[in-house]
Amino acid sequence: MSTKEKKLNSERLQRVIQLCKSVEDRGIDPFALDVDDIIVTLQKYFPEWESPEELALDAEALQCLASVIKNQGDWVKHRSTSLYTDPFLLEEKIQRLDKEELAELFMEVWNPIIEQEQISIPSLAEALKYWQALLPISERWQKNGSLMVETGATTREELVRLRILAEKTFLEELEAFWKELKQKVGEAEKILYWDFVGADTYSETMDRAYMTSFLVTYGYATLELLPLEEEVYIKPFKEPRSKLAEKQTVSVPISVSSEEWMKWKEGRQ
Amino acid sequence: MTRKAYYARKIKRAAQLLFYKRHRKPGVKGWELKNKLGSDYPKILKVLDGHLEKLDLQVKTVFEGEKPAEKPTLEELNRARFFITLRGGLPSKDAKMMGWRIDDIAGLATAISYLISKKGKAPREEVEDLLRTKLPGWRVDMNMSRYIRAGYLAEDKNSMLYLDWRTRAEVDQKALVDLILLK
Repeated sequence: MSTKEKKLNSERLQRVIQLCKSVEDRGIDPFALDVDDIIVTLQKYFPEWESPEELALDAEALQCLASVIKNQGDWVKHRSTSLYTDPFLLEEKIQRLDKEELAELFMEVWNPIIEQEQISIPSLAEALKYWQALLPISERWQKNGSLMVETGATTREELVRLRILAEKTFLEELEAFWKELKQKVGEAEKILYWDFVGADTYSETMDRAYMTSFLVTYGYATLELLPLEEEVYIKPFKEPRSKLAEKQTVSVPISVSSEEWMKWKEGRQ
Repeated sequence: MTRKAYYARKIKRAAQLLFYKRHRKPGVKGWELKNKLGSDYPKILKVLDGHLEKLDLQVKTVFEGEKPAEKPTLEELNRARFFITLRGGLPSKDAKMMGWRIDDIAGLATAISYLISKKGKAPREEVEDLLRTKLPGWRVDMNMSRYIRAGYLAEDKNSMLYLDWRTRAEVDQKALVDLILLK
């Protein structure tokens, strides 16, 4: 097939995609589309597609066509329900009714929501109490003049006490956690994610999951996913791999919900 | 506390939660009721509904998707939204008291019934054309915005109109179509 022909065919596919999308977006009758004809067209063009772009276009067209077929199913389902009415018949009836009649019959089937907005004496009293205790805005927004303080040196203990510094730095904590992982894994080289992360309490489990995510991100360990068995293993590296950041990495979402934790805990018992 | 006193207290609390507007949208989610009233809240709502019947009011449940064909599960109820609505219809002269002109209501009835017949969605243009046959153009545009703002209709980026949460809560859709066809 010549390049020109290919271009023409891919334009045809794009038109098919647009047509299918307009059924979805504009609420057009999905049976107005000749699905069989489109399938024949897709079949005819498919052997000619070579590049990933062309194959992606073919896949998109197929997906759009599938949604049209789903729409046809919904359409038939709707027509078989008691709510279905021929829009033309209904339009005709609406045209014949006058405004008063329409409003009258709508009032028969309309049950408006009742909602109230009302202040109560206890809430007023509460609000007054708050108002009395509230400082005037000039006092609340008063700018304190900067205090002159003698400069001096502080100690690490003082900074830990003020919670400016943690007792252990994050990296120290991470390395201790990495050592723990290596110990737990031992000769086996890997350990089930939940067996490492799971702890006696849910909050501790969350902490461990948080630290584990950093172990993987900073190249201290890696994850092994077994999708068929639905299992996730964590494997520590002997040395941290700093070059990991240069590679293209993927994020792996792992759910650590309380239900999962309970399930793991029950399984362990 | 006796069983009777327990339920009386819970029913009072349920009425407060449902009558008073707590969020931008009226109504209370099932899970909120579960938190405030306990897991037997469906039973409490049933008793409250019985009390409200005497006042021609009702507790209305609007499910997230379509109404379940069988008895709803607790999970479905938790995700549903509960409202208090009128049980019966209103005389049309009372609509004025609620801030609705007869034109507004007729327009709303037309838009809703047309959308129902179109499987719940239709281009705004089509609905507006239908309304323009009986209402002046400037009013059609104004009313349409009002229906959307109130939550009767929703519009997406492609200018398609849908039936929104308030229609599902307040309007008996099947009865509306049947009444129009019977006329």
